Amino acid sequence: MSAAEPAIDSFARRHRYRALEALPWLAALLAYVLLPGYLPLGAQILAMILFALSADLVLGYAGIVTLGHAAFFGTGAYTAGILAAHGWGEPITGLFAGAAAAALVGLVSGFVVLRTTGLTMIMQTLVVASLLYEAANKASWLTGGDDGLQGMQVWPIFGLFRFDLFGRTAYWYCLAVLFLCWLATRHLVHSPFGRSLTGIRENVRRMHAIGAPVGRRRLVAYTISAFFAGTAGALIAQTTAFVGLGFLNLERSGTVLIMLIIGGVGRLYGAFIGVPLYMIAQDRFSSIEPVYWYFWIGLLMVVVVVFARGGVLGLFERFAR
Amino acid sequence: MNAEPPPALETRGLSKSFGALTVANAIDFRLERGARHALIGPNGAGKTSFVELVSGGLRPSAGNVLLDGADVTQLPQAARVKRGLARTFQISALFRRLTMLENVTLAIAERDGVAGGLLRPAGRHRAVIEEGFALLDRLGLADEALRPVAALAYGRQRLVEIAVALALSPKVLLLDEPAAGVPSSESGIVISVVERLPAEIAVLIIEHDMDLVFRLARRITVLVQGRILVEGTPEEIAADPRVRQVYLGERARR
Repeated sequence: MSAAEPAIDSFARRHRYRALEALPWLAALLAYVLLPGYLPLGAQILAMILFALSADLVLGYAGIVTLGHAAFFGTGAYTAGILAAHGWGEPITGLFAGAAAAALVGLVSGFVVLRTTGLTMIMQTLVVASLLYEAANKASWLTGGDDGLQGMQVWPIFGLFRFDLFGRTAYWYCLAVLFLCWLATRHLVHSPFGRSLTGIRENVRRMHAIGAPVGRRRLVAYTISAFFAGTAGALIAQTTAFVGLGFLNLERSGTVLIMLIIGGVGRLYGAFIGVPLYMIAQDRFSSIEPVYWYFWIGLLMVVVVVFARGGVLGLFERFAR
Repeated sequence: MNAEPPPALETRGLSKSFGALTVANAIDFRLERGARHALIGPNGAGKTSFVELVSGGLRPSAGNVLLDGADVTQLPQAARVKRGLARTFQISALFRRLTMLENVTLAIAERDGVAGGLLRPAGRHRAVIEEGFALLDRLGLADEALRPVAALAYGRQRLVEIAVALALSPKVLLLDEPAAGVPSSESGIVISVVERLPAEIAVLIIEHDMDLVFRLARRITVLVQGRILVEGTPEEIAADPRVRQVYLGERARR
């Protein structure tokens, strides 16, 4: 067998960047130029892509089904929000604080949640998010409770770029953070650690049988995912200068899964397709039918589940074959 | 006695009960170094339970498991794998949507302790990939190395089952019905791979197919209702009237 064996080479090259991967970033730049009126929505979409990407890491790669991912999103948002409302509005450190707090919640809750499997685990993820929701509701002196957190003052980025009314700074900020987190996530899923997560998703019994420390791998993945989810929450908090209980509720956890499923789970780019599709559809539908827009989202979901298993990306893959 | 090296695998009084059901009843078993040993018995004799108990998937109710003379009864499955114990599954347990090459490289990466790595892409672990490919090549599977396992013929999937276990460089290999479900047209390739396993590996084959057992095993243990009925050479087993009654008799009735 020679070292130039083509199968080995192509296997060893899987982590290299392909031209197609530039597409989402070109689209984001194009949107900035062509749709200047939609930049605030665009910034939200970018942050939600990061949230969905973090969910993909646990659901699509590690095979952990969660209905409580909002716990980390909300923790990141409230941490950054509370800091900014109490005199520390520096965005970069606020972002890291939110991410770190979310990662801590992920580590501690994951320690308990990941010991279980199947339905029990789904219920546990739900419980963690519900507990945080009620805690935020109860601690209204700190969080603003039902009214949401008021009075956030976010300082200019690097002391230079002030958050403007048109959302230009917010857009660039979200785009830059998403890009860095995407680079990190992409590196992660192509690392031996990331490949072993895929192994856990595909067959956990076999992973045990080849001697993998399955529990530890899952916990690390869960914590990293919580870190990115917290980053996404903090981004939205900082760019909208508001945090409410909606950052922590079941709808938030469910919506991110729907977005991911529409785009395609376990493919790294499902988030980049599903989130814009969902949020633009929501924006359009809700301006046409302010009350019933959820019906159309529901219909879209049914169509995806019935006709396009694997989401939009799954469809592309089928046609590419 | 003391100068003699310990057997590759040994169980002492190994027992397991689920309530009133006893699947392993005080099993004393020795798998010598480099053995080609078969464990046979009628359906429900407790053969797969024995594999689970030895490999660490099940906790015994009583008794001990020794690997290379060291008691591993309290060790989890992963630690037993690190000590050279590998197993295959009666019902294929593979990474079905991943390529054949990835199935074996995942195991090699675990064996080498590089599977938790975050810094370098998996593709840069060139030695792991080359070893995985060489392993597939040895088993005659290299031509489909980059196809997902789910797309392979079933006989080949059974070979991947063995390949993943071999990727761990085991000292003891437990093969749980390696040819199960393989159509007779393909079972030849499975048999020839088992025949050509490296001589230094101690192999325990759990098998239903008598032709396969008598072809491969140099020693046979008959398990009935969680208990060892008899152990001996293939000739002894074939001639034993109790075995005929319990096992071969059951087969003749079918």
